[in-house]
Amino acid sequence: MVLPLLFLTILGSGFNRYFSYRNNVSYMEFVGPGIVGMQLLFASMFGGLSVLWDRQFGFLKEILVAPVSRFAIMIGKTVGAVTTSMVKALVFLLAIILGGLVNTSLIGFVLTLFFMLLISASFVSLGIAFAAKMEDPHGFQLIMNFIIMPIFFLSGALFPLENLPYWLNALTLLNPLTYGIDGMRFALGGHNVFSPMIDAIVLFGFWLGASLVGTVLFKTMPAS
Amino acid sequence: MEIEKGELFGLLGPNGAGKTTLISILSTILSASSGKAFVFGHDVGSEQDAVRKRIGIVFQDPSLDDELTGEENLDFHGRLYGMNRSVRRERVDEVMSLVDLDDRRRDIVKTYSGGMRRRLEIARGLMHMPCVLFLDEPTLGLDPQTRRKIWTYIKELKVTYGMTIILTTHYMDEADRLCSRVAIIDNGEIVALDSPTSLKRELGGDVLQLEIPVGIDVLMNKVQTIDEINRIKSENQTLSLHVADGESFLPTVFKLAQEVDVAVTSVSMRKPNLEDVFIKHTGREIRDESVTEAKERIRLFMRRKSK
Repeated sequence: MVLPLLFLTILGSGFNRYFSYRNNVSYMEFVGPGIVGMQLLFASMFGGLSVLWDRQFGFLKEILVAPVSRFAIMIGKTVGAVTTSMVKALVFLLAIILGGLVNTSLIGFVLTLFFMLLISASFVSLGIAFAAKMEDPHGFQLIMNFIIMPIFFLSGALFPLENLPYWLNALTLLNPLTYGIDGMRFALGGHNVFSPMIDAIVLFGFWLGASLVGTVLFKTMPAS
Repeated sequence: MEIEKGELFGLLGPNGAGKTTLISILSTILSASSGKAFVFGHDVGSEQDAVRKRIGIVFQDPSLDDELTGEENLDFHGRLYGMNRSVRRERVDEVMSLVDLDDRRRDIVKTYSGGMRRRLEIARGLMHMPCVLFLDEPTLGLDPQTRRKIWTYIKELKVTYGMTIILTTHYMDEADRLCSRVAIIDNGEIVALDSPTSLKRELGGDVLQLEIPVGIDVLMNKVQTIDEINRIKSENQTLSLHVADGESFLPTVFKLAQEVDVAVTSVSMRKPNLEDVFIKHTGREIRDESVTEAKERIRLFMRRKSK
């Protein structure tokens, strides 16, 4: 939780003065939902990857020989990881709301929670899919550098996506987190690019796909 | 191969013989590449849940949650097996006292010693009262005192619950001491299957070892004509003879040695052990001591590292 905090406080304060977006949207207001999304992305991916640690410590075997369906184990893992990442992200959400960085209503708050849940479930499923395919936790760094960071930087969490070069814009459109953060921006002050309906549909579709792949890979994963 | 209900069955073989693989197949973790296996009449390939309900397993490598207390590990296990709260509490009390961990049950597993972890894992395997318990190398890497303690628990299980226990080990004395029957496995094949006593009897009695610096071949040719000797082996300067009754045969050997004028510098006699059985069936020692020990050191190192 340190990294998002640094991004919010230091990067946020630093850019705040040089930022101009739409009608006087401050950088703090802009980056707030992005930081919530960042926290969700990191915590969810690592939550999914915890399967890998279970395997490393041998604990996965204990679970896999129990008379419990593989599907139930995967659901349990997902719900657990979603819960922890939601709690972590909620801390940031409350901080930016109580700190007066963003304007929201009760409906906006609930809508934000809805988008947060979709983001979290999506990336937990993705994390589980990776964990099922990876041999050992040393691949961790690889995942960090080649998956999580690009997703984060290409999500519009830190800067507006309008007016990006064409090739970069294309990449951000392929990124599910883009739609998650856009949805949250809609709920927290209305600074969205896409319609929130589109945001929800794209995220939902991604979550469905990731959890489907995750389930298949999880079922065929070796125990040790 | 069939294992009877209530039997304490040993799978014996060197590292890499396929003991753990067999256990993994029987416990539904791995699927068999060919052939079929049944646990209490249930196919391990197609009736996984029925099999899983009936088995308890203590893995070769640690599989506890280090961050939880001993009690919590057991409780979690009980939940996985669908036991309700009162039953769980009752069973935790029972298995904890069985492995003498009563006083440490509320401590975090991280603080346990290797022997205590093993005992906790055995307790966990017993939580849901399985019909059959698999113990994969239960005493690997433990000190002699702890090993002996674990042997006591295993024997107790058999006596008090009449539980079917399948144990793998590469320690010959362990199999000899505990098991009613053993299967010797080498390179994934069963090379012998019987009770330790009859396996040893098959060898043809006691082993006489004579140290002969010069003229070992001469004496060997001489003793080959004697009917009482069941097996002869010469290695370096040592001549090994298997005879039904070692004590009474000893003078005969000396007489023969004198006849061919060969000096015997030292003599030892011992009852055969399962190691000899293994050598007979595979033609080599169960383990090259140094290699195994190095492997064990690596394993222990990896265990520590993974903590």
